[in-house]
Amino acid sequence: MWQRVAAPVAVGVLMLGVWVLIVDVLHAAPRALPSPTAVINEFVLRIGIISEDAAITATNALLGLVAGALAAIVLAGLAANVRPVDGMLAPLVAAIAVVPIVALTPIFNSMFGASSQFGRQAVAAIAAFVPVFVNVLRGLRQTHPVHRDLLRASGAGGLQTFRVLTLPTALPYLMTGLRIAASVAVIAALVAEYFGGPADGIGTSIATYAKSGRAPLAFAYVIGAIAIGLTLFIVTSALERAVSRRKPV
Amino acid sequence: MTAVTATGVGKTFTTKEGDVVALTDVTLTIAEGEFVSLIGPSGCGKSTLLRLIADLDQSSTGTLDVFGKTPARARLDQEYGIAFQQAGLLPWRTVAGNIALPLELHRMSKPARAARVAELAALVGLSDFVGRYPDQLSGGMQQRVAIARALAEQPRLLLMDEPFGALDEMTRERLQSELTRITSETGAAVVFVTHSIPEAVFLSDRVVVMSSRPGRITDIIDVPFDGRRDEALRESPEYFERVTAVREALHGTPVERANER
Repeated sequence: MWQRVAAPVAVGVLMLGVWVLIVDVLHAAPRALPSPTAVINEFVLRIGIISEDAAITATNALLGLVAGALAAIVLAGLAANVRPVDGMLAPLVAAIAVVPIVALTPIFNSMFGASSQFGRQAVAAIAAFVPVFVNVLRGLRQTHPVHRDLLRASGAGGLQTFRVLTLPTALPYLMTGLRIAASVAVIAALVAEYFGGPADGIGTSIATYAKSGRAPLAFAYVIGAIAIGLTLFIVTSALERAVSRRKPV
Repeated sequence: MTAVTATGVGKTFTTKEGDVVALTDVTLTIAEGEFVSLIGPSGCGKSTLLRLIADLDQSSTGTLDVFGKTPARARLDQEYGIAFQQAGLLPWRTVAGNIALPLELHRMSKPARAARVAELAALVGLSDFVGRYPDQLSGGMQQRVAIARALAEQPRLLLMDEPFGALDEMTRERLQSELTRITSETGAAVVFVTHSIPEAVFLSDRVVVMSSRPGRITDIIDVPFDGRRDEALRESPEYFERVTAVREALHGTPVERANER
């Protein structure tokens, strides 16, 4: 237990030490790599504006995640129960999975207007859709034959079987899908900002300050980006752990 | 009234490689409260016959009655309870939640359900474990939960498909003794599928011997040990005599014994 905490902390301290050594002691770093103290200074100084931009990017990611996940759950439910739907959706999902979705952002921006966040949210939603769909569809097909026999023998109806067996069986799979989708949605929402749209959000700021030579501020924004990703990851991981506690017997 | 009446029952499965006859011309009557074992080699259709009675599969030929109803009607009326080789407990439900499952599906009120679950847990000796989850129980305890669940609706017929097949010998014998006690307390008829000759003889009023390719009944052996199914029976000569009778029926010829060679 002690080791599990100490080891990563030691690695972090070591890396920070190497960073300080290269930048502040040896002065051997390129201009774009600022000192960690400068980054922290900027972060503390501009925490207000950084959190505002982080809130915008996080909102885009979250809306995308929710919309994408809901669509994925509904369509996976259809695909699991209606064979033709499964056949229709399989190639579509495969296509979405291989297309780099963020590359569509310029198209969305011109479709929905450059001042709208909708393009970014749509990109996050499409990116989040795939892992949720794939996992939920798999989860809905994991019911054990002995459990299905049991419910049939108990005279359970279709809806009862879904509520008592199919849904609880699929729940851990849904949570795994959500955990993966949460990271993907944040990355998609953030990277989408590099392709234009409104002049706010974490990604826009990182691009702007990196280009204009304000490396410490750009790095301070990266800290904000990490905070968004980490928060969503921790929340979804906790959800996943909460529902997949019990192994099947 | 009889519990199960099968007349000329057959089952053919259609596969890619052609039709497979799993069961043919089964005629069998099981009385109320009677304990009948189905024994035979793998592929003799004993599990298939059980699944037909349970309406988990439908027979291809012949007629099958369960308490004078079609198997489908009997299933919907909860005339039988069922237990499988795998306990088949829902891992996200506690012992109490698993036992209560059929009662919940049939919308029994919460207080009535709680009372019935307590009663059933006591019947199978698991009163101290109702709050545990299945993965915290041994295989034998899981199987007891499954039996309690099968008895939840007080069925007049209990269908059991090798319920002790995955257990070690010690646990197996203990659960066999408990099952005889439970069935004498509930008065339910039992159809019990097994691979084990001693198990079939110890538990049953009649042992139905089956054979494969195609699956059919080859012999029915009476086991008249009524009311004496205790540990002493396992050691008695008449018990061994019945075991031998079943073994000979299974193999089709008298079995040579070492001391008679």
